Amino acid sequence: MSTIVTAARGDAVEQPAAPLLSAQGLCRRFEVAGGASALLTRRPRRFLQALRDVSLELAPGETLGIVGESGCGKSTLARCLSGLDRPDEGSIRWQGQPMAAGSTPLQRARRVQMVFQDPYASLNPRMSLAQTLDEVLLVHGLAATRGERADRVDDLLLTVGLAPRLKHRLPHALSGGQRQRISIARALAVGPQVLIADEPVSALDASIQAQIINLLEELRERLKIAFVFISHDLNVVRHISDRIAVMYLGQVVETAATEALFERPAHPYTRALLAAIPQTDPSRRSLVPALSGELPDPTAPPAGCSFSTRCPWVVEACRAHEPVLLEQARGHAVRCSNAAARNASTLDPIDASQGESRVSAR
Amino acid sequence: MNAAAGSSLLEVEDLRVRFTTPTLDLTAVDGVSFRIEAGEVFGLVGESGCGKTVTCRALIRLFGGSLPSAIGGTVRFAGRDLATLDERAWSALRGSEISMIFQDPMTSLNPTMRVGTQIAEGLQRHRGLAAREARAAAIEMLAAVGVPGAERRHLEYPHAFSGGMRQRVLIAIALACRPKLLIADEPTTALDVTVQDQILKLILKLRNDLGMSVLLVTHDIGVIAQTCDRVAVMYAGKIVESGATAQVVNRPAHPYTRALLAALPAHTRRGDPLRPIDGEPPNLASPPPGCRFHPRCAFAIAACRELVPPPIEVEAGHRSACLRAGEIG
Repeated sequence: MSTIVTAARGDAVEQPAAPLLSAQGLCRRFEVAGGASALLTRRPRRFLQALRDVSLELAPGETLGIVGESGCGKSTLARCLSGLDRPDEGSIRWQGQPMAAGSTPLQRARRVQMVFQDPYASLNPRMSLAQTLDEVLLVHGLAATRGERADRVDDLLLTVGLAPRLKHRLPHALSGGQRQRISIARALAVGPQVLIADEPVSALDASIQAQIINLLEELRERLKIAFVFISHDLNVVRHISDRIAVMYLGQVVETAATEALFERPAHPYTRALLAAIPQTDPSRRSLVPALSGELPDPTAPPAGCSFSTRCPWVVEACRAHEPVLLEQARGHAVRCSNAAARNASTLDPIDASQGESRVSAR
Repeated sequence: MNAAAGSSLLEVEDLRVRFTTPTLDLTAVDGVSFRIEAGEVFGLVGESGCGKTVTCRALIRLFGGSLPSAIGGTVRFAGRDLATLDERAWSALRGSEISMIFQDPMTSLNPTMRVGTQIAEGLQRHRGLAAREARAAAIEMLAAVGVPGAERRHLEYPHAFSGGMRQRVLIAIALACRPKLLIADEPTTALDVTVQDQILKLILKLRNDLGMSVLLVTHDIGVIAQTCDRVAVMYAGKIVESGATAQVVNRPAHPYTRALLAALPAHTRRGDPLRPIDGEPPNLASPPPGCRFHPRCAFAIAACRELVPPPIEVEAGHRSACLRAGEIG
């Protein structure tokens, strides 16, 4: 569980066993459609940089949380890691070998599976639960006969806490929580070693959310699966993850073990993100937003540090040079070149000079 | 403020909203009562389908696709019984004295109208401003809700605004006529956490500046704790607990509120399993007898299956509709 993030800077101090899944220098850009007027005026083609040099490692059985706000690239990263999308640059490795080497697409699908945010949109509305699961087993040739497949379907339903008598239902006849259980069962049908869950509980109510998170944790213990858990909800990510990567504008800006990240957030963006979570303690209120301004245009990211346009700690050097992701403590890497900002515990320098924190990060 | 002593800005008594179709008959809101004082931020919290949105819509008699077959109870606003209003009086009231903002800032704006025009519309209609005055007021309003470059951006269309900026535009439209009550139905649910933080703090600032009251509807207890003065918790069409925010959040006196708080990841140590509420909320077409929460309740006793629990005051201003409220607090 203690893989080091040295891959980010490329000089491995200590080389643990090859990680299960790793990504090096992933870049993915999308062309922004300009429409007819762009063609007529011959405006230059514009590209949105969804991923900019993202490197990550996932150890067997580990849960890596990925947090960040809309447009930070977390879903694109999930799609690249699962093979649903292809990075323009960079490589994805499986146990140290290039992902594609000597494997068929079906074999790769059996390594890494995905669970999506909206279980209603990701299930075929005309297929019963049994048909949905049966199809996966059939395509992957995981059971010899119809009878064996039927047994596997029942097993899978039980694994995710659904009664086998529900198997002839269509998705619309299920609750949101039950639909997400089916999405999980479908992903587990091929026996993956990595499960990538992209906002798997965001569409669910708090009481049902807790049921699904408990199920995922139980499956991780029982099946020894590694998780990549993507969410905008930091409380959920904190609960489930061993290690967390924070993304902003297509880059990883900070990565650390979960408790280190929450106790000593070093990137100013991470601190703002933590301070913006609405806490259930009504005695700790502030009228000042944790972060002001808006996300910059992702087709024209700011020069230098991506966060420099909103960072209360910004200095001249931040706009001049793009900071690199540097390990500042064991397993804790930060993409910020301002040492004062990295070592501070407050949201902005004014708070720091007054010797008090407006809102503590937790 | 403007409310006379002893009367609140909004008084809702025994509100009932029933929907009937050939195949379905359900009471989405079943005997809901609460008051909102002038200048107060009042929260309504609960999970999907508990009736919080229907409650809001019944207050201003604006329903989306399906119209209710019956609305019962009384709603008094600034001393007036709203049941007596005709359609013309409603039009004069909505957007002028009571405004509402909705969850989805993407679909609540007219994509073919400049945002400045959409803000100015209400001012021309309700306040009788001339086009030029209304435009100046719209620009001022857009700046007041924190849209940078308002003099320029009022000429743009909604597609040119980000989600957070669109929600600011909606707030500008809602507040342009200086309403006495703003109803905000999940105003930040579709937004990112740092944008949510900005919008909630903007609503609080505008409440302080303009002295309006706010009815804030959300599923997120954290949002309630950070924003509201008082709160009511809804479950299956009924209010199960109400009180000052600190009372309800720090000393929950209803098993549902307790369970809802306990289910949050922030309230469980890492490594321990979360504590979800078993089962699912009831179908409102055939709710369970007695207390509607009893099938999922860890404190249920035999009487809970038969008696509909009345609200019991557990401390000053803090009520819980639970037969065992005294033991739970």
